[in-house]
Amino acid sequence: MITLNINKKTYNLDVDPNTPLLWALRDVVGLVGTKYGCGVAQCGACVVHLNGEAVRSCVTKVSRAVGQKVVTIEGLSEKNDHPLQKAWTELDVPQCGYCQAGQIMSAAVLLKENKNPTDEDIDAAMAGNICRCGTYLRIRNAIHLAADMQLKG
Amino acid sequence: MNKHTQRYALPKKTMTVLAIIMSIVVFMSFSFNDESMISNGENETINNDSVESVKAFMDVYKVLMSPRCMNCHPSGDVPLQGDDSHLHTMLPQRGKEGKGVYAMKCANCHQPENTPGLHTPPGNPNWHLPPSDMRMVFQGKTVQELAKQLLDPSKNGHKNKQQLIEHADDGLVKAGWDPGEGRTLPPMSHEEFKKAWITWINTGAYAPKQ
Repeated sequence: MITLNINKKTYNLDVDPNTPLLWALRDVVGLVGTKYGCGVAQCGACVVHLNGEAVRSCVTKVSRAVGQKVVTIEGLSEKNDHPLQKAWTELDVPQCGYCQAGQIMSAAVLLKENKNPTDEDIDAAMAGNICRCGTYLRIRNAIHLAADMQLKG
Repeated sequence: MNKHTQRYALPKKTMTVLAIIMSIVVFMSFSFNDESMISNGENETINNDSVESVKAFMDVYKVLMSPRCMNCHPSGDVPLQGDDSHLHTMLPQRGKEGKGVYAMKCANCHQPENTPGLHTPPGNPNWHLPPSDMRMVFQGKTVQELAKQLLDPSKNGHKNKQQLIEHADDGLVKAGWDPGEGRTLPPMSHEEFKKAWITWINTGAYAPKQ
């Protein structure tokens, strides 16, 4: 039995410790906001937070998450009101939406560590999250908007 | 001169010639070491042998400039990737501590152990680049430049001779020989590399001329 702390709740999971966290989250716990894009850590759709750091759950073993705090897109805010989520809605960022959970989770780490990111900071932080629909311009604008919202309280 | 003084003093010409010869011998003994020898500050080397030392370093150089080592000792602030040492996809940045930045930190993708399968991230609990204030660049260095850099404590992570020797068994160094599927090993075994490394250091750590 593996015990995980996900979005502030405790789960006891009957999974092999080598299982990628992504499958524990989706198939066992039922949190399907985190997506499978490539399975080899090259697209960023699977990004979740492990103790506040953005990890790629498709290659992160469940054993690495034991005793740590896991946060998925579902747990980013109580009422879907994280500044990034608000900005994403305001600027109509998603097209198909498949990459966006991972985009937001990566952007959340950026804004936590850098309250006023420049375009270069956004490049460095977000280069690992790819979007087939090409919503990059809106992602960038939404990050700037969310940073403004955060600065203004 | 009378016969008595001749027994106790050499003629002036002989003295002059002898003085010149002795000066040449003294002068030559100072320039005998053509290759620069790096002092380890302890004045203790076992069996100084510049020829053996340089020979061993040529092996060391081959390993350190192979992709498994050089890829994490790039000249820029983006690690290199693959047997052809291209810029790492998604261009992760070194960051101040060499651990990446924001959502692109090394450990965000590189797990404590290798991820199985082709084109997945290799792993190690301590995956990182050298920090930005001591970048320990290998890429683009000549044999002489690299040798001097490796021995300079202000450039090699503040290592003395003993620490340099121990570094051959460092976890991340050894990870170069367990790189995961689809990656070429360094040009010799870890044992052979370690032997060359220690030989180079213990025979005087000579930096080759070229």
